Amino acid sequence: MLIRFSAAIAAMCLLSGAAFAQAASKPTDPQIAHIAYTAGVLDITAAKQAISKSKSKDVVAFANDMVRDHEAVNKQALDLVKKLNVAPEDNDTSKSLSKAAAEKQVELAKLSGAAYDKAYVANEVAYHKTVNGALESTLIPSATNPELKSLLQTGLKIFQGHQQHAEHVASMLK
Amino acid sequence: MRPGRERFILIGVTLMTGLVPAQAETIQVVIDKLVFSPAEINAKVGDTIEWVNKDVLAHTATARDGWDVPIAANKSASVVLKNAGAVDYYCRFHPNMKGRIVVEPR
Repeated sequence: MLIRFSAAIAAMCLLSGAAFAQAASKPTDPQIAHIAYTAGVLDITAAKQAISKSKSKDVVAFANDMVRDHEAVNKQALDLVKKLNVAPEDNDTSKSLSKAAAEKQVELAKLSGAAYDKAYVANEVAYHKTVNGALESTLIPSATNPELKSLLQTGLKIFQGHQQHAEHVASMLK
Repeated sequence: MRPGRERFILIGVTLMTGLVPAQAETIQVVIDKLVFSPAEINAKVGDTIEWVNKDVLAHTATARDGWDVPIAANKSASVVLKNAGAVDYYCRFHPNMKGRIVVEPR
């Protein structure tokens, strides 16, 4: 009996320990808002590079769609943080996203023509996949404000659409 | 009024009311948070489908094989159904948005 009880306590300690570790790495609403907004800005920057570099009608049209959608979503995000009186807070996730995107921009800048188009669209597929994965596994479950959570859920649907759109453009470039 | 004339009017009214459901209709599909609803509708040749876009994003209603209707953010757009048959459509900007219209002959 005692052994069973101790085992139960040990299990409880393990569980609460794990929960605490998770809570410590769980982003806060101001951090989540910053990550989501940054992800949008980075995709707009990549799209603007594509609009100026690409000669492909399909690639430029896709890039224009990205600018339009991400600007619309980020405007909603800004309106929401203003309404909730939340100041988006910079954090390691935002920083590493920005760093990776800046490196990718330098890499893409060296390419041109079909090689550039292919690399840009492939990166759009990968980028949206990464952001969607983060939204699903971390950002949406961690968000505490229901309006922020709802905006992230709509954002996920939009970016899943972008991923499929990018995959379609990629298949046309082959 | 003679009874015969009254009956004639009555027949006329019956015919007219009988005709109303056979007239072309406008069927609304609302777009909200990247969802066409209702996602599936039944219509007849000559009917108009009107998409009411409540999103801040531009969408399209693009038939797999046929029309391509651009729908601006917070605006409406429509198409008149010309052919019978089932039409699967989607949004070109967000291909995860899907709808279906079953068009019956009139």
